Amino acid sequence: MKIKADTGRCVGAGMCALTLPEVFDQSEDDGTVEVLDPEPPAERAAAVRRAVQLCPSGALSLDSIEE
Amino acid sequence: MTEATPRLSTFPLARERTFDPPDELARRRAEAPLQRMTYGDGHEGWLATGYAESRAILADARFSTRPELMHSALPQRVELRRDPLPPGFFLQMDPPDHTRYRRLLTGQFTVRRMKQLEPRIHDITQSRLDAMEREGAPADLVRSFALPIPSLVICEMLGVPYEDREKFQHDSSVILDLEASTDEIRTAMYDLLAYLSELVAAKRKDPGDDMLSGLAASEELTDAEIAGMGLLLLIAGHETTANMLGLGTFALLTNPRQLAVVRDDPDAVENAVEELLRYLSILHIGPTRTALEDVEIGGTLIRAGETVTLSLGAANRDPERFEGGDTLDVTRSAQGHLSFGHGIHQCLGQQLARVEMRIAYPALLRRFPGLRLAVPPEEVPMRATSAVYGVRRLPVLW
Ligand code: HEM
Ligand code: SF4
Repeated sequence: MKIKADTGRCVGAGMCALTLPEVFDQSEDDGTVEVLDPEPPAERAAAVRRAVQLCPSGALSLDSIEE
Repeated sequence: MTEATPRLSTFPLARERTFDPPDELARRRAEAPLQRMTYGDGHEGWLATGYAESRAILADARFSTRPELMHSALPQRVELRRDPLPPGFFLQMDPPDHTRYRRLLTGQFTVRRMKQLEPRIHDITQSRLDAMEREGAPADLVRSFALPIPSLVICEMLGVPYEDREKFQHDSSVILDLEASTDEIRTAMYDLLAYLSELVAAKRKDPGDDMLSGLAASEELTDAEIAGMGLLLLIAGHETTANMLGLGTFALLTNPRQLAVVRDDPDAVENAVEELLRYLSILHIGPTRTALEDVEIGGTLIRAGETVTLSLGAANRDPERFEGGDTLDVTRSAQGHLSFGHGIHQCLGQQLARVEMRIAYPALLRRFPGLRLAVPPEEVPMRATSAVYGVRRLPVLW
């Protein structure tokens, strides 16, 4: 699983960083998403999916072809 | 197929029970989660009460928040929609204008920044509790606790003198009053804008370590734009959390078992706050959006130019999404609720509001384990006609 983040779409709402701080952070500058761990281990998959679902702006997506 | 019930001609606001949205909305949701509604000006628009439909509409960039496109579901607000929007009031702007203003603020409202504010919010909370103890019971929890905490916090963040609170608290409550006349709302709005413009001009000369000074220093914005952003933050920043604290405490006091969980189990607080947000859904009406082009939502075609009014309260209790949603259960997972909205306008201050509530509810309940209502529950005066629902006063003893 690979996380893609589009900082152009991100509105800095922080749902990702709130839900899964191990994987997502927000820039000090403009609050947009920073992916700390773009290829998180399989045991995080469900939590990552939830965070992606919760993102209000559609800035996060998953590439999971190799799953 | 059964005959559909007649079309609604105004958004229902009157509640049968204190903590539940109007029954009419639940009836409409069961019938059709997205249905036609006739607006105050005769416009044939829509009412959205379903969770999936509301979420889809809020996430869709083909819907606009611009007031000049919008029809009002309440007859008394029809005229206001034609007033020019104050510069910087980005809640009612679409990209790219919205993006430009919001981006200047998002760095200040991150999860991490809000965590750094915890000690200060804790201190403010404790000093309000000390004052309540000194002054003794009975107290009005709104005046002594629920309103001062978020007001003090947003004042400090923005750099607005707390001494001026009577003025901005009064003006904001008029702006949110769904029954105020157009003139009253205009007066309050321009009054508050004039106050903020003066403040911004003063900060340009003598900057402090606060958000309004920071915006003034960037040179990118005019004083009027900064005042408009300040207006949005000031109103959105204190009325909302204040009503969550007041109404939430009332809800807990009438549900002693739920109250005990929030008071006694620190690990349960995070979740309890989400459930209170979901269950109480304090935004009384809306958000409202207008289609910029034809959009299909769950098989229903909304045409360009048509306005949709949402009910977050109804969406947050949609049985398709939250089982037994009419019951307050602080141990359920309320994740995914729409109380902060969804899409690009999702609440900018939500991480601040969360920190405030996570600190304030348990601190209050622990300081006063005997906290109880000083009047019968049916005598608590409600904000029945405000855009933000809540209690006007909450008389308590301990
Ligand atoms: C529990 C408390 C709160 C609730 C329930 C709440 C609810 C909401 C909702 C539903 C929206 C979206 C409106 C729409 O889509 O049209 C919103 C937007 C907004 N809120 Fe909050 N809010 C709360 C607290 C705060 C606080 C503490 C602040 C401030 C500092 C704040 C600032 C804002 C701003 C600036 C927007 C506009 C965002 C945009 O248009 O991009 N809110 N809020
Ligand atoms: S949840 Fe989405 S919009 Fe919010 S900070 Fe994360 S990526 Fe950005």
